[in-house]
Amino acid sequence: MGLFYESVLCYHVRSESGGIMRIEKHPILEFKQREKIYFTFDGKEVFGYAGDTIASALDALGVKVVSRSPIHDRARGFYCAIGNCGSCHMVVNGVPNVKTCITRLEPGMNVNTQKGKGQIR
Amino acid sequence: MKEIDLMIIGGGPAGLSAAKVALEAGLKVMIVDRNMSLGGQLIKQTHKFFGSEKQYAKTRGFDIAKRLIDKLAVHKDNLEICLETTAVGLYKDYVVTTLQGETYTKYRSKSIIIATGASEKVLAFENNDLPGVYGAGAVQTLMNLYGVIPGKKALMVGSGNIGLIVSYQMMQAGIEVLAIVEAAPKIGGYKVHAAKIRRLGVPIHTSTTVKRAVGKDQVEAVVTVELDEKWKEIPGTEKTYETDIVCISVGLSPLHQLLSMAEIEMRYIPELGGLVPIVDEFNETSMEKVFVCGDVIGVEEASSAMVEGSLAGLIAAKRLGKEHPEHEARLDDYLKQLSDLRNGPFGIKTRVGLKKLRGVGDAR
Amino acid sequence: MLDKTGVPTDSLVRSRFPDTSFLVKPKAILECYEDISCNPCATNCPFKAITIADGLNSQPVLNPELCTGCGICIYSCPGLAISVVQIVEDKARFKIPYEFLPIPNSGEVWSGLNRTGERICDASIINVTDSKRQDKTVVVTVDVDKKYLYEFITIKVQK
Repeated sequence: MGLFYESVLCYHVRSESGGIMRIEKHPILEFKQREKIYFTFDGKEVFGYAGDTIASALDALGVKVVSRSPIHDRARGFYCAIGNCGSCHMVVNGVPNVKTCITRLEPGMNVNTQKGKGQIR
Repeated sequence: MKEIDLMIIGGGPAGLSAAKVALEAGLKVMIVDRNMSLGGQLIKQTHKFFGSEKQYAKTRGFDIAKRLIDKLAVHKDNLEICLETTAVGLYKDYVVTTLQGETYTKYRSKSIIIATGASEKVLAFENNDLPGVYGAGAVQTLMNLYGVIPGKKALMVGSGNIGLIVSYQMMQAGIEVLAIVEAAPKIGGYKVHAAKIRRLGVPIHTSTTVKRAVGKDQVEAVVTVELDEKWKEIPGTEKTYETDIVCISVGLSPLHQLLSMAEIEMRYIPELGGLVPIVDEFNETSMEKVFVCGDVIGVEEASSAMVEGSLAGLIAAKRLGKEHPEHEARLDDYLKQLSDLRNGPFGIKTRVGLKKLRGVGDAR
Repeated sequence: MLDKTGVPTDSLVRSRFPDTSFLVKPKAILECYEDISCNPCATNCPFKAITIADGLNSQPVLNPELCTGCGICIYSCPGLAISVVQIVEDKARFKIPYEFLPIPNSGEVWSGLNRTGERICDASIINVTDSKRQDKTVVVTVDVDKKYLYEFITIKVQK
């Protein structure tokens, strides 16, 4: 198993500060160095890169749980990443049920794990 | 309310192709797409495409998207593009409501082309809601668009073309693919895709499915089980893989919601992927001058989505009294391309599906 | 077998090789075992050596008399299902498509793999091309022992 790429893994994946998983080199694609974008996730200052969605930035940070289900309090991650499934809902700048997988990451955003259905203000 | 000639909902291969032909015919066109860029799912396709030259065969998907988008540039005076904007309403009086951020806007469009595509299906198994269980397309999006690796090891569930292609692309991104499991007794996708993964040492287990995911707040392992010829689990054949990604690739269903909202006549056709609108031979729905193209009228390859899009643009222009200068020649060409693309063994589902759809009564 | 595991049988593989007498010159091996709507191998062949019966939906067939082994079909095939092979003394000299990192360098010795991904032999890298029109499908020329003619399919880096 893994005959081929175990040697490749460390070769072109960069893992920053224990959790960040970004592709550095790719046989087909070129990922240019992009500007860092700082935002707040559950009270902590973290960063993604220009061109990220909120969800992609969080996934790269190793954040898998974006909300808790309304009744059974189960962990929720995103499923489709293209705005279909609604499993990526989070509270962004105080607004609940934002589809974070298609929402562009912007500097200073306040992103919070959503508990249940969220409160509409 | 803003008045427009042609609203195209969805800027993927079908919608972009529709826009090109409609613009050539002289229509004023608006494309609405909820993503950050045009191109739909093409922009994350790093493999070379099948088909023939007319559908950009041997060109990588993201390059096809670039070409389709570039072709619209000469028409920019007649084209409005609304990105990060979701069409949330379609009504019988040709009103379309869009949502951008927290702003709703209403448009009235003389003709509407729905090219919303399809969404990935989910699969029922224990703990299928654990974070780390992704649609295969989601992993593809993360890797190929954002350069993000969602984990170190993956199990792929489903051996259709998406499952096979995403497995290969995960390896290219440095993710270890432990195995591909397929509930059916045979591999679903092209054997060339299967062979190029198999020769790198990744096993493909047919008649095998996922039984449960294991983990507290995210996937830590996954248990598979073999199936007998009646698709029943064979006790004692469970196998556990330690993994942090489970990719689900068990098919797509057309994104029909807007159509249903306008009470357009629909029918459930399994061969086409689910609920689809009843259409005539030019993909016009029961609502006059409302057309569909691409996966929303039956899940297929991007190649046929592009041709269907061109066809929709062509017919919409004619129906609005602005016939394309090459109308007749284009019409013959598009219909021939579609029939050629669907002529092989892999086109059988679409052929059967469309026959069922159109055989049950012309919508018009 | 191909249907269930993704591995073609030995007889299926051999059916795509021309008679070994042809292999004194390089010839394309078309490992496309299915009728799919696809034709770039045929439309891109400058020597009209590849034909697809109905033009799109049937498996390609090679005319070894016309094939020059130029290798354009290798990177034209979206399924990465084509290689070119020639017998040079006691070696089988393959040109194969390759889309991974790291990219090999000539002079290196890599592992030769069979169609299930097992290491079967050493593979000496003879040449590597990566021109613009290959569009990121690198073509690697590699020598393996002649006895692996029908088994060898790809390479991996040696640890």
